[in-house]
Amino acid sequence: MSGGHSAYVPKSGFGKWMDARLPLARLVYDSFVAYPVPRNLNNWYTFGAILSLMLIIQLITGIVLAMHYTPESTMAFASVEKIMRDVNYGWLLRYMHANGASFFFIAVYIHIFRGFYYGSYKNPREVLWILGVIIFILMMATGFMGYVLPWGQMSFWGATVITGFFTAIPIVGDSIHTLLLGGFAVDNPTLNRFFSLHYLLPFMIIGVVILHVWALHVTGQTNPTGVEVKSEQDTVPFTPYATMKDLLAMIVFMLVLAYFIFYMPNFLGHPDNYIEAQPLVTPAHIVPEWYYLPFYAILRAITFDIGIPFTDIVLINSKLGGVIAMFGSLLIFFVVPWLDTSKVRSAAYRPLFKQFFWIFVIVCVGLGWLGSKPAEGIYTTMSQIFTFWYFFHFIVILPVLGLVEKPKPIPASITEAVLAKTGNGDTSNANN
Amino acid sequence: MSAIDTSEPTRRDILYIATGAAGAVGVAFVAWPFIHQMNPDASTLALSTTEVDIASLEPGQSVVVKWRGKPVFIRNRTEKEIEEAKSTPIAELKDKAARNANLKDSAAEATDANRAVEGKENILLMVGVCTHLGCIPLGQQGDFGGWFCPCHGSHYDTAGRIRKGPAPENLLVPNYEFISDSVVKIG
Repeated sequence: MSGGHSAYVPKSGFGKWMDARLPLARLVYDSFVAYPVPRNLNNWYTFGAILSLMLIIQLITGIVLAMHYTPESTMAFASVEKIMRDVNYGWLLRYMHANGASFFFIAVYIHIFRGFYYGSYKNPREVLWILGVIIFILMMATGFMGYVLPWGQMSFWGATVITGFFTAIPIVGDSIHTLLLGGFAVDNPTLNRFFSLHYLLPFMIIGVVILHVWALHVTGQTNPTGVEVKSEQDTVPFTPYATMKDLLAMIVFMLVLAYFIFYMPNFLGHPDNYIEAQPLVTPAHIVPEWYYLPFYAILRAITFDIGIPFTDIVLINSKLGGVIAMFGSLLIFFVVPWLDTSKVRSAAYRPLFKQFFWIFVIVCVGLGWLGSKPAEGIYTTMSQIFTFWYFFHFIVILPVLGLVEKPKPIPASITEAVLAKTGNGDTSNANN
Repeated sequence: MSAIDTSEPTRRDILYIATGAAGAVGVAFVAWPFIHQMNPDASTLALSTTEVDIASLEPGQSVVVKWRGKPVFIRNRTEKEIEEAKSTPIAELKDKAARNANLKDSAAEATDANRAVEGKENILLMVGVCTHLGCIPLGQQGDFGGWFCPCHGSHYDTAGRIRKGPAPENLLVPNYEFISDSVVKIG
């Protein structure tokens, strides 16, 4: 697809007849068989395929779980317990779906950080990147609504806190809040609509994933050198090379997922969610699922009002400030292609950026850890420092580095880089 | 769109615009039921008042009742708690507004007297929903002896006023009245 020419030649009579009417086989052949991929892709590039597999697993387990689940506030918790105890293999399906969600996020975070490291968002792949950010936001919304469905204590109070974000909006916030909940507090109407939307959003994700893959196949993949493909010598056909590599990575990833499903299925969950929702009792310590913790830490870091200095005038109170910072930490991804001013893509040739990248990774993991801690004392101060660095990285470091950094010499082509490293074109050790 | 290319608007142009405008209004009318269905339904709105008998509530005790799906705190405050709330200067408060739906003056200051109703100053009745993100604060806790919200660390004093932490406003006092000496009607 990347060159616009097709290598597909229908062999059978039926193949020719179909090709003249609906060239579906041609599309598949050109996109997943003959499609050229850079010859030096390392294992970090297998997570796109792993994510496609996770999406399929979540859809299939989700559709069968919906056959046994009851979206009604007095019955939801019991219906999940029924799935666990009475439904044939219900425990397996539910643990696959719950741990699958966590592993979906593990894979998407690795995929995003791979994009940051190798500068995958840079010209001409801005739209590809933006579509990815949209998928990530849809995943977060889907995961949040799915966590509400078992109607445990963390489901209920997580929903209360997250829908509470909307009350921070000036003037219309309370009306929007009531509209979303269908009442004055989280209750049966909220559960009903979250079930409906939790079923809908994955299909919207599929739609955006198709656009994401389409955009990828227009520009072609990046690779660890960041140098564009220049000749056929730089590429290998998708099948069997990428297909097999992706398949191996999927098997390894599935093994880890299976270990969690069978040996520690509740490790990533919260024990309080095995207590049925109690609208009058807040748990001592509300924590969202682990994959939202960095954003939760940013939300809680803003404990101060922002106003005009030396007056009592408050422009943004601490509540609105926290919500803006939290959504801002996500929305800033959209403009990363324009914040990063460096012409060099890969961190492999950017010595300074490489160091700041790893600092940024530590900051994100640190925010995740802080999100799981109580919002008091030293934790709040640390959250504020880490939140500052998070935004500083995007708004100051990325633009400035591109101007002051002296990159290492860039290889003339992918083939030259591969041969310089191994001498024989072996790509197995290109992972650094 | 017009077949005749002229700078003057034709009768046909007017018809196109009018048709488009009518269509847009029609789409808006059709969209409204699909939006409004998400608002609270009649059965939710019907549960709008609650009556509570607080005769057995001794000083220092508090109860939590449910009103419109939300908890309402009713605390019979001790002399010491009222004294602490009264002695706090308004200037020290994070939110200086009374947030009391029973007061006619919506800009009233958050004095202790303005947080309760006249004649029943010992009874503090508030919606027990943290003004930060909607958790339920825990009673008789926190740095000011009032309420403490465990979710994000907001401290409220013995008049339910925000003193420390991320919450922007004092706990809301809903409309209520005493229909007898010990029965209070909320809503």
